[in-house]
Amino acid sequence: MAVLLLAEITDGSLAMDATAKTVAAASKLGDVTVLAVGATAKDAAGEAATIEGVSKVLVAEDAIYGHRLAEPTAALIVSLAGDYSHIVAPATTDAKNILPRVAALLDVMVLTDVTGVVDGDTFERPIYAGNAIQTVKSKDATKVITFRTSTFDAAATGGSAALEDIAAAENPGLSEWVSDKVAESDRPELTSAKIVVSGGRGVGSEEDFKIIEALADKLGAAVGASRAAVDSGFAPNDWQVGQTGKVVAPELYIACGISGAIQHLAGMKDSKVIVAINKDEEAPIFQVADYGLVADIFEAVPEMTGKV
Amino acid sequence: MKVLVPVKRVIDYNVKVRVKADGSGVDLANVKMSMNPFDEIAVEEAIRLKEAGKASEVIVVSIGVKQSQETLRTALAMGADRAILVTAAEDVHTDIEPLAVAKILAAVVKEEEPGLVICGKQAIDNDLNATGQMLAALTGFAQATNANNLEVEEGSATVAREVDGGLQTIKVTLPAIVTTDLRLNEPRYASLPNIMKAKKKPLDEKTPEDFGVDVAPRLEVVTTAEPAERAAGVMVGSVDELVAKLKETGAL
Ligand SMILES: Cc1cc2nc3c(=O)[nH]c(=O)nc-3n(C[C@H](O)[C@H](O)[C@H](O)COP(=O)(O)OP(=O)(O)OC[C@H]3O[C@@H](n4cnc5c(N)ncnc54)[C@H](O)[C@@H]3O)c2cc1C
Ligand SMILES: Nc1ncnc2c1ncn2[C@@H]1O[C@H](COP(=O)(O)O)[C@@H](O)[C@H]1O
Repeated sequence: MAVLLLAEITDGSLAMDATAKTVAAASKLGDVTVLAVGATAKDAAGEAATIEGVSKVLVAEDAIYGHRLAEPTAALIVSLAGDYSHIVAPATTDAKNILPRVAALLDVMVLTDVTGVVDGDTFERPIYAGNAIQTVKSKDATKVITFRTSTFDAAATGGSAALEDIAAAENPGLSEWVSDKVAESDRPELTSAKIVVSGGRGVGSEEDFKIIEALADKLGAAVGASRAAVDSGFAPNDWQVGQTGKVVAPELYIACGISGAIQHLAGMKDSKVIVAINKDEEAPIFQVADYGLVADIFEAVPEMTGKV
Repeated sequence: MKVLVPVKRVIDYNVKVRVKADGSGVDLANVKMSMNPFDEIAVEEAIRLKEAGKASEVIVVSIGVKQSQETLRTALAMGADRAILVTAAEDVHTDIEPLAVAKILAAVVKEEEPGLVICGKQAIDNDLNATGQMLAALTGFAQATNANNLEVEEGSATVAREVDGGLQTIKVTLPAIVTTDLRLNEPRYASLPNIMKAKKKPLDEKTPEDFGVDVAPRLEVVTTAEPAERAAGVMVGSVDELVAKLKETGAL
């Protein structure tokens, strides 16, 4: 069996963590060929070639792949699909945009957010906001899968797979890029951070979110948020943790002023250690917390920042 | 321009999900069902386009058990003009896969020729996040998933998308498929007079056979299990105690 793995590349740079975790998951399925796609993709391809378990890296460099648009990348993957039993990617917003399109073009179902590999046809994935785990067996000739990276350990580096340039596929030309609004940050990336400090509606304002950020910066942590905090404009959309946001499983997750709705828990309950700080002792977040502190975050969070 | 909005009937987001003891699935008998929250956002967006004079008609379509009619009536009460019910399952526990849903929707698109299809980004029951992208593939249309903002222009639409790194804005040629994210809008509630009026709006009933689509699943559900439980934690009395515990266990 042979696996084609779409590397996570943004503006020419490889998301090493997400890609290496996907390689680890994919290695159970067969020989792994990585596909590096972008306006510039060579450097990223070279980096992906060092991931242990990768046997070859295909490099498709072309201006049409510049902004991760779904249609051209899906067309490219479909043109290569004949050689592979599995087409996989990390479950990022980019891959979730592209892979279902690939699957439908191949007339197969897609398996998204897969958390476990039973065998080459059988996979586990959470449903109902993680309240149930379904094991499904695919009857399709080609399996198209996105892996939830938070549940796999990254493959090691030290390999040296060969690079091979491939030509671009035809561009369906249905969409064009206009602009990106990306916040620059020195903090670790949310889905791969060792520690995440999250704030909820209880934080009360964008201004007051600084107390959450100060604790995060002291701990070298990433910052997360509940949907209520994002909807209220306290935090940007890409900080949302949950069923319909990012899924994280850090060593330590500190939830501040978050009630613990199932949709939020879906995105963080596999964290190793969970701390909850909430002034309401009845808050459901305490049911999943390893350490709960009933306190006002405006006192407890700055105090903690001073003591860690 | 017509706007087509697929709406799915799903377990209400407030309901506590129970996995059946025999591992055959989740118990949906006598459970409160509602419109998938992302689809409410999609219906709202379509109605706003009509109110702004950019859409001529809003058509809602649902595929599933006959009770999905209630979901369609809700959409009609919000302001959609007419509905199509595709009865494709007898048992509420039968979930029609996104590939089959997309094939049926592609057939509806062929008949109705909408300028825009607005789907939810994800159904909160199967959490697949696939149908919109699959429909785009089958129709050969452009796709703009996870919409945070939508501007419809002449022959194109500009969509701001919620992506992992922040927001990405793209321009798509119409007809196109857009999927909604949480921040696109805040859906309205249907008023009582509109709920009454909705009962008289047209609702067409169809079957997958009418569209020549085979809805047999590609994925066989082997088993459905409860997730691993977390061990009970402890309450601490102060920040000092919290920090001490975290240091003790190596978490800090
Ligand atoms: C389709 C759908 C998808 C969703 N997806 C997500 C998702 O991905 N992620 C997500 O998070 N949610 C999601 N939600 C929303 C979810 O249901 C909850 O509404 C949300 O998580 C609540 O956020 P919160 O805990 O910050 O706010 P609240 O529930 O309002 O809780 C605020 C908490 O702060 C505490 N508090 C207030 N002031 C203080 C203070 N000074 N000190 C200490 N504590 C204080 C309160 O006691 C309370 O417990 C989704 C909902 C739907 C319908
Ligand atoms: N059975 C269905 N009937 C109508 N619309 C559906 C159905 N299944 C999925 N959809 C649409 O596709 C979106 C994404 O669903 P999914 O791909 O299942 O996560 C939903 O928000 C709906 O807009």
